[in-house]
Parts: sequence; structure tokens; C-alpha cells
Amino acid sequence: MKGKIVKCLMTLMIISAMSHNHWHVSHAFSPQVIQHGATGEDVVELQARLQYLGFFNSQIDGVFGWGTYWALRNFQYEYGMKIDGLAGEQAKNKLVEVTKYHKEFVRQNIEAGRQFTHYGGMNLEDQVKYDSSKTKAKESQQKGTTEQKAPESQNQQTEKNRQESNQITQDGELSTEAPIEPTAVNIPNGFSQNDIQLMAQTVYGEARGEPYEGQVAIASVILNRIQSPIFPDTVSGVIYEPLAFTAVADGQIYLTPDETAKRAVLDAINGWDPTGEAIYYFNPDTATSSWIWSRPQIKRIGKHIFCN
Amino acid sequence: MKRWIGMIILSIGLIVTAIWGYRQFTEKESLIVQTENNYQRAFHDLTYHVDLLYDKIGTTLALNTKDTLSPQMLEIWQLTSQAQSDVSQLPLGLLPFTKTESFLADIGEFTYHVAIRDLDDEPLSNDESERLSSLYESANEIRKELRTVQHKVFSDQLRWVDVELALANNDREQPNHIIDGFTAVEEYTSGFDESHFHNLSADFPSQQESFQSIDGESISEEKAGRLIREQFDLTDDLEIDLQKSGKGAQLPTYSGSFTHEDQQGYVEITEKGGHILSYMISRDLSEETISLNDAEKKADQLLKEQGFKDVKRLRSSQYDHTGLFQYAVSQDDVWIYPDQILIKVALDTGDVIGFSATDFYRNNRKREIEEPKLSLDEAKKNVSSSLNIEDQHLAIIEDQAGNEVLAYAFFGTLDQDTYRIFIDANTGSEVFVELMHDVENKWG
Repeated sequence: MKGKIVKCLMTLMIISAMSHNHWHVSHAFSPQVIQHGATGEDVVELQARLQYLGFFNSQIDGVFGWGTYWALRNFQYEYGMKIDGLAGEQAKNKLVEVTKYHKEFVRQNIEAGRQFTHYGGMNLEDQVKYDSSKTKAKESQQKGTTEQKAPESQNQQTEKNRQESNQITQDGELSTEAPIEPTAVNIPNGFSQNDIQLMAQTVYGEARGEPYEGQVAIASVILNRIQSPIFPDTVSGVIYEPLAFTAVADGQIYLTPDETAKRAVLDAINGWDPTGEAIYYFNPDTATSSWIWSRPQIKRIGKHIFCN
Repeated sequence: MKRWIGMIILSIGLIVTAIWGYRQFTEKESLIVQTENNYQRAFHDLTYHVDLLYDKIGTTLALNTKDTLSPQMLEIWQLTSQAQSDVSQLPLGLLPFTKTESFLADIGEFTYHVAIRDLDDEPLSNDESERLSSLYESANEIRKELRTVQHKVFSDQLRWVDVELALANNDREQPNHIIDGFTAVEEYTSGFDESHFHNLSADFPSQQESFQSIDGESISEEKAGRLIREQFDLTDDLEIDLQKSGKGAQLPTYSGSFTHEDQQGYVEITEKGGHILSYMISRDLSEETISLNDAEKKADQLLKEQGFKDVKRLRSSQYDHTGLFQYAVSQDDVWIYPDQILIKVALDTGDVIGFSATDFYRNNRKREIEEPKLSLDEAKKNVSSSLNIEDQHLAIIEDQAGNEVLAYAFFGTLDQDTYRIFIDANTGSEVFVELMHDVENKWG
């Protein structure tokens, strides 16, 4: 309790000291060379700084995708650097030199799930799109994580004050702040996170307890079927084809999959196929159909036999 | 005595009823699961088709030539009718879904008429192009909304049979994400959307003989085991479960799996020559300590060790605690797209935990690459003028029929989207256009 009061007082003092209303400018960038496909806080900063100069026009999401790549290359071109699409020391130093990064502004809006931009020479507040319904939902979700930063007694304060207090801690008083989480993820071209989830549920229902390659193998069979002209051409079409998978027929597909199943699916989508392009598999201990035994067998992985 | 008989008859009756009741119950449960499966399939198909519709419209915006525009329009038209059929299978009889259906009908009509008309006589007008971009935009909104509902279906384990019951009972008291989500979809009046699916090497059946470049003597099982031990520094007493592929395999291989400390490994080696086709190491991963860029250096090192000298990076992506790198071999600065190599690096220790040269070995062979008939500038003229070209290179790719074609690959941007356009380097025709979608918002 004592600690809380002290913390509270400190925060209040800091807030009163910071009475003027403007967004703090910070400069961070870890020493890493940031490249295409990277995710995380450095990418958020890179995107924000590139947007500041007008090179980057998409949503700041913390994932170094194609849009960020072209923005960086155009920046390198304009400033006479080597055009390699890598944010190394030279590019980062130049960016820090010629742009400002309003970290807390970016954090606040990313965490609230708002659409916003970070262009230089424009009032920051004018660049935020407030969406009342969405913001509320997001904020209630976030309560758990922000509580640590904002003591309870401050709940009445306006949001702005809370932002100010956060940005102070940013300057080093309390250095334990969580990094800004990206709002997007990398996905293999053509697949949604939800496709991956549906496949993971199937893999988990069919092959939990199998070795890792046995799980990748099930996912590969689903993908090989999508490619095959005699099967449906969607993930859900293949999976929900009547009697195609026992886990679907008995409802085990509705269990929650573990991380291993998800990783196995991702590996399969990215190109690992331990089955040798199989489109069928069966468990020799329980298979009742004689037809399945007549298929040319490719190999056995775990307790399943894979065939053409 | 009478009492005894009565009791026996009663108990038999009771047991029969219990068995009958239980069978009724399991039958009903299994029927519910089957019904649920049908609904789930229709719904996931719908989200997928809408996604695909979105990508296809997007790709259409970047197309230039009539030869590819007409088939593209037909494809969108076909997708539209698939999406319509998906909608019709959902238990939404009691829920107004008319706007979405009329949107689908609209886009179906539009694309059908463009597809069947002679675009030489009557090219796409400016109004029509604008209509297409606005459809693209609203399609994106609907796609997002559907994906969000889909995410909720997964995360909250929602069942459509429950929705049906809720609709039947008019029970809107409980929050029902599926119904709410569809109501939200309905609010976007104008558009549905289209999407992607283009995995270069995987999509098309190759016309060339597979695995023709693999050379060397056939190796014994014992030798295969030794190669695996060497590759992963395993001692002789560690057990490797080694299997030879069956007669259904395209390429005879040995596959070995082993468990070493906390790692579980799986390796595939060709019988001929003992080349490592692929391997996967599975273990728990902790927080990342190295950057994606450092991870790529580890991948480059492995490529060198495995004897791949000239490679170009096609893709690098960070997934959770791993970095994934996709390479294509190059020959005289021409990118050979079919000859691909994959490497996965753990970002906690920097170890390589995945490798696959299966595509490389399947497609690689001696190629005579001729000088392109068209210059870069001539080829560029065949790229849609609405695109802003950012980068280009010469490439060998497989066309829809599975034949290898020399093409110029152009990377172009249109608004926020990046496209990869392949122009035949000899004829100047558009081989195909890809929308590069490799980042997705987190849903929900």
C-alpha cells in the first residue's frame, strides 16, 4: 500500500511538471539490422520514421512487409545511400537525424487499435481516426496490461494525462515497460491465420501424440489434396469433405490445438513435406477398408502409412 | 412369485429403455456433429472464397492485357457463384443476408458482362475501372469482417447449431458473435472481396522429368545412418529409426528420425548419392536473442556448406521465434524460381532447425538460358501503366501449363499493394500477376 501511494505521488508530481501538452520525441532503435520479414518494436519505429517523411503510407503495424521495403529503398535512394532495403547503421542514423519519432503517441494508438498516421509537419492529434465502438472494446481488453503502468487512483484522469505519465517512464525512471506489440503477423502468401488455425485443429485431432514429422505429414496431406484435381480446392473443402478425416467425423476437430500442431502446419505450408506428396494415409492397426491397402505406399511415419 | 416375475419384467424393461435411450443419445450426438461439420465447411469456404475474390479483383487492377483480363473476369464470376452457394448452405434463413447476396449478384453480373464482351472493340471504360476499385475496397471490408467472425468462431469455439437454436428461439439475450458478426457484414452494402493463392512452385504440375539431376551411387541403409550421424554430430549409440521408402515414392529415399536431448529430428536422404533432401528439428523455443538479419547469416553459412553458391533470397519472414528463408538458385543472374531451397533458423540459439532442398532437387537440371528477345524497356511497356515499378530481374518460371519460361519479373506497387508481374521475355505476354500478401492483421 505504501509503495502504491509513493508511486502515485511521484506520478502526480511528474504530471504536474509536464503541464504543457505535446508529444514527447524519443529515439531508440536497437543495434540490429532490420530486414524484410522482421517484426517487433524496431519495425514500428522504422515505419513511423519513414512515414514521418512520407515514404511509408500504410498502417504502422510492426511487420516489415513489402510496403516498408519499398519505403526504405526509396528513402535510401533519396538520401544517396546504397539501395539494399536493409535498415543498418547508416540508414538508422540518417532516419534518427532527419525525423522525429513520437513513441508514446504511436504506442497509445496501436494499443487502442486505432487507425492513425505519423506524418511530419502535421498535427499528430489530427491524424488519429477515433472509432468509438472499436476503441471501447479494445480498451476494456487492455485494462489488464495497462493497470501496472497507471495506478488505480489515476483512473479518473483523462487519457492524455495517462499518456504523459507513460512517456516519462519511457525516459528511464521505470525502464520495465513492455515493448510495443505489432498488430499484424507474417503469413505464407495466400493463407490466413484462420486457415492455419483450422488446419491445426485437424492435425491436433488426427495426430496429437504423434512425432512432430507425423503432424507435419498430416498437414502436408491436406495441402497435397488442395493441389490435387480430384479433391476440393480449399482448406475447409478438403477438411470437411464427408468421411475424409476421422477427427472431423467424431468431432475431435473442435478441440483446442497446441503450439506444436500450429508449428507443424506452418512448416507444411512453407514447403516441408515429409510424406513425398502423399494424398492418403491410414492407420494400419485400425484401417478396415481393403481399398486403402491397395494404394501404392510411400512410407510410414509414426503410426500412419502414407500413400498415393 | 408373481411379484418376482413382475420385478424381473420391469427391470428388463428398464435396461432395454436405458440401452435404447443411450443409442438415441449417441445417434443424435453424431447427427449434430455431422450437421455442424456441414455448416462449418460452408462458412469457412465462404470466408475463403471471399478472400480469394478480393485478391482476384486486386490482381485484375494490375492487369494490362486483354488476353489475361477476360479469363480473370470469368474466374471472379465463378468465385462469386461459389460464394453464393456457400451462403445458401448456412443456417441463416432467419437472418437477413440480402445485401451480401445482392452484392455477390452485382459483382457476378459485372464480371460476366466484361468477360464475354470483345475487349478489343470495347475496352474497360474509366467508369468500369473505378467501379472495380471501389468493389475492391468494399470487398476488403467484408473480407475483414468475415475473417474476424471466423477468428471468434475458433477462439470461442462457437457452434453453428447453437446459432440455429438461438435463431429459432429468437433468443438474442446472450451475446452471439456469429449473429452479431453477420449483422456487421450486412452493414457494408457495396462489396465483397477476392483474394490470393499462388504458390509458385507448388501450384503447377511440372512438365519436366522430376529429380533428374540427382547423381551418385545408391547408398546402403548403414551408410545413410552414418551420414545422418555426421550431419547432426550424433554418437554411435544413439538410436536412429531408419526407413526405406516404399514403391509409391517418386524418389527412393531413406528417412531417419531420432531424439537427441530435447530435440526431435527427422531427416530425408536420397538413396541415390545420399543427398540430404530435407530435415526438421523440433524442440521448445525460448525468447529470441538474435535478429532476423543475423539468422540469415547462419542460413547463408549452411547454403555454402551444402554447396549452393549462387542463390537469391525470395523471402525472409519472422514467425514467433523462428526465421524462415526461401531462396532460388540463380544462373548468370537469372533467378530460377523452380529451384527453391528453404531454411529455418531458431532465433533463440541461432541453430538451423529446418532445411529443405526437395524443390531444388525435383526441378534442377542443366539449362541453356538464351538471350531474351525483348529488352527490359520493351517488356516494361507490357506492364499496366497504373503500376509504379520498383524493381525487376530476369527469371525462369513455370507457366500455368507447367513449362519453363524465361520472363522478366517486375515488382510494382499500386496504392498499398505490391504485385509481382511476369512478362514473357520473348513474346511480351503477361504470364501471370501475383498480389504479394504476406502480412495479415491480427483478427479480433
